[in-house]
Order: sequence, then structure tokens, then C-alpha cells
Amino acid sequence: MTTVIIALVVLAVLGGVFGLVLAIAAKVFHVEKDPREEAIAGCLPGANCGGCGFPGCSGYAAAVVKGEAPVNACAAGGEAVAGQIAEIMGVSAGDSVRMVAQVRCTGGGRDHTQYEYVGLQDCLAASRVPGGGALGCAYGCLGLGSCEKACPFDAIHVKNGVAVVDEDKCKACNKCVDICPRHIIALEPYKTRRHVTVPCSSKDKGADARKVCDNGCIGCSLCVKACPKEAIAVEGNLARINYETCIGCGLCAQKCPRKLITIDGKVPEVKPAAPKPAAPAAPKAEESKKAEPVEIEMPKEKVKEPAGKNE
Amino acid sequence: MSSFTTLITVALGAILVNNFIVAQFLGICPFMGVSKKVETASGMGMAVIFVMGVASAVCWPINKFILEPNNLIFMQTVVFILVIASLVQFIEMFLQKSMPSLYEALGVYLPLITTNCAVLGVVLQNTQNSYDFITSVVYGVTGGIGFLLVIVLFASVRERDEFSECPKAFEGFPIALVEAGLLALAFLGFSGLDIFRFMK
Repeated sequence: MTTVIIALVVLAVLGGVFGLVLAIAAKVFHVEKDPREEAIAGCLPGANCGGCGFPGCSGYAAAVVKGEAPVNACAAGGEAVAGQIAEIMGVSAGDSVRMVAQVRCTGGGRDHTQYEYVGLQDCLAASRVPGGGALGCAYGCLGLGSCEKACPFDAIHVKNGVAVVDEDKCKACNKCVDICPRHIIALEPYKTRRHVTVPCSSKDKGADARKVCDNGCIGCSLCVKACPKEAIAVEGNLARINYETCIGCGLCAQKCPRKLITIDGKVPEVKPAAPKPAAPAAPKAEESKKAEPVEIEMPKEKVKEPAGKNE
Repeated sequence: MSSFTTLITVALGAILVNNFIVAQFLGICPFMGVSKKVETASGMGMAVIFVMGVASAVCWPINKFILEPNNLIFMQTVVFILVIASLVQFIEMFLQKSMPSLYEALGVYLPLITTNCAVLGVVLQNTQNSYDFITSVVYGVTGGIGFLLVIVLFASVRERDEFSECPKAFEGFPIALVEAGLLALAFLGFSGLDIFRFMK
């Protein structure tokens, strides 16, 4: 019994002494730090998860104060913490252009499969089988949700065979970009209004792209000709928008014979109803590029479509 | 007891024969974790030398004058963990104030060592082998040197991984484990040194 008591006393005394020494040391060896650093460390979750890429929460706080890290890099804390840090640092969290992930595929090729894939329901696994997955298009979304599993913010979901980003939840953490075996997710600057995007990654030639997708880019360059700012270019049979010069006029979307280019920052969910009427019409329009009337009619619907869906 | 020969024996033993990583399998976590670059590996190694030396020096009197007289040897592990944790905290604060350059150099590795089993291992072995004060400190410092040696060797091996082709399935961590095994095998050769004979 006495041994137990002695043990307890020794441990308690040692603990007390060390605690006291540390407390005194904290005062004596106190180093003046930037008070903002402590304030930031205070509002961070303190889990030291390393998700921001810095060694622990204090490392991140120091980096923010030095201006080496963005205020919104804390994945665990999310927007609430980003807001608090932004307040401490005196910048608005939205100062820099906010980026969001965009899946550059509409899933228009989901019906054009090479075979039936019954393996592991995971994009990484599917991309390793011959043919790189069941999808006919070599650049399309496999829709097996590796990005969905990778997303720490529940911001990307496979809907109707294609991954769709929830732009309100997306924190541009790059997890989905990194994991996608087809490399079709990319970060794009998010403009709340009139954001034009080409949700396709296909570098196939026009004829091939048309075979495997209902609305994939065929590299026809009509959008390039339509753009008043030269903000869109076709490289490798694929239209890409330069967001520094894009003014969001949407003329390219009106001209797109494939009804592919979307306006307003959202990749519209391609509901079966949308592409199907487009599919028969689009090839016709493409085969003779001078069939202007058909093209112009479609764009008008097209421009309204995404807006209606967004609301 | 702590004649010069003994100290040399203990030192060589700690560095080569009974190396903390490859012979005793202590401190494997930092060994695998921070061995991707020689630079960070040597930073970690330096921090380990420092903390192991100081921990040996501090734990020896605590064991000798507090635990042993009270028949509390069974409390060693608990007390030493307490001592090491507070010690590392204290050293961190002290360095930050008085030697900022050293603090910067050791960086994040210093607090990381708090939970390094090699540090606890060295102080426990000091008492098990009933080393005296000087031998304890020498054992601690040289144990750290052994740690530094192995982790730097291993980091240079791993740096070369970047440029070598290995089967896809082995890329990254698996091949690193294989290399660690080979390194441990290589160090097994030192067991033939049999320097402990001189101690008897």
C-alpha cells in the first residue's frame, strides 16, 4: 500500500514540478511573436492534420502571417475558419479569384461503351483494364466516383454517369484533379456570373469524337470564329477558353453545333432529354458547316437551358 | 567503470553493433517518415542526438536519486515519458529564446521527437545496463549518432529511388521497406565485432 502511495506522490510531485518549470519557462523564454499568428493558431482546429501542406496548425499560421499561404487553405476548418483568418489578416477571403474544380465531360458518351465493365467500381481500377474502361471515349468521365471518394468536402458527385462539381462546396483542394485517372478535372476561375466553360476533354478528331459522344467537342472552330476577344482556341481538336481574356459574352456557346459550351459557371447536368434531341441534329449541322439556320436555332435554346436548370 | 575503453566500446556498440534503428528497431517511425531527403533526415538526426544526450543526462539522476531509493523502478517508463515530454518542451522554449538559429535548424523535428521511442529506449537501456552518468550520456549521444548515420544513409538511398525504375507495384513505400531491410542486413555484419567482450 505504501508503495502505491509513494508512487503516486512521486509521480504527482514530478508532474507538478515539471509543470511549474514549464510554466515559468513559458514566461521567461517568451518570444514575441506576431500576435496575428497566435490569433490564427487559435481559430484553427488544432488537429495538426497537415492537410494544408504545412507542418501542423502553427506552421500554417506562421505561413499565413508571412503571406506564404492563402487564408483558405485549412481544409478541416472550411469556410468558417477561412473567414476568421481572413478577418485577422484584414483581407477578404474572396480577394483572390476563387477557383473551382470543373469536370470537363458532360457524360454525353455514356451510351457509347466498348463493353460492359463489371469490375471494381472505381475509376482507377477501371482505367487499368484494356481499353481504359468501358467508355468509348478515351477522354470521358468513367463515372465510377473516385473523385467523389477523394473529395473531403462532399462537393463532387457522380450524377447520371458523370461527375458533377457542387461549386458552392468546392474548395479547390485539387484532390479530385489529382485522383482522376483520365485527367479531365481541372481548376477554373469561378466567376459567379457568365462563366463560360467547355466541358469536354476529347482530343479525338471530329469524326471519332462524334462516334463516341453525343455532344463532345469536335474541334470545328466555330466558337473560335465567334469569339470577339480571341479568348477561345482549338488545340488538338479541343476548344479551350482563356479566362484572362474571356468576357463571358457567350457568343461561342451560341455557335457551338454540339451544344457543348455552357454559360453561367455550371456544367449543366445532361439529362437524357437534353442530348437526345441534340444528337441527331448536331451531326447534320456539322456535316455541312454552312447549315447556318440549324445552328442558330439550337444556340438559342442552349443559352436558355443552363440558366433554367440553374434556378 | 567509465574508463576510456568502456566508453569507446559503448559508443561503437551504440553506433554500429546495437544501432537503434537497424538492430533494435527503435525509432522506426521517423526513420521511414522523414527519410525522403538527406537534408530533412540529417535535421532529424541532429535533433535526435541532441535530445537523446540531454534525456540521458536528465533521466539518470532522476532514476538514481528518486526512483531507486523509493523502490519505484517499476515506474521507470511512466516517469521517463513524463520527463522526456517536459524536457523536449522546455528545450524548445529555451532554444527559441536563446538560440534561435539552432531552433530554426532543428525546426519541427524537435517536438516530433517527444514521442520517439528511441529516446525512451535509450534512457531505459541506461538503467537496465546500470550505466553510470558519463556512460549514460555517451550512450545517449552515440545512439543518436547511430540514428543519424542510418537515417542519412537511408535517405540517400531513397533519393536515388526517384531516378530508378522499379516495378509499378513497388513504387514508393514498398521499395523503401525493402531497402530498409537490406540496410538492416548490411548492419548485421557489424554484429561480428563483438566489442562487448572487452567490458567483461
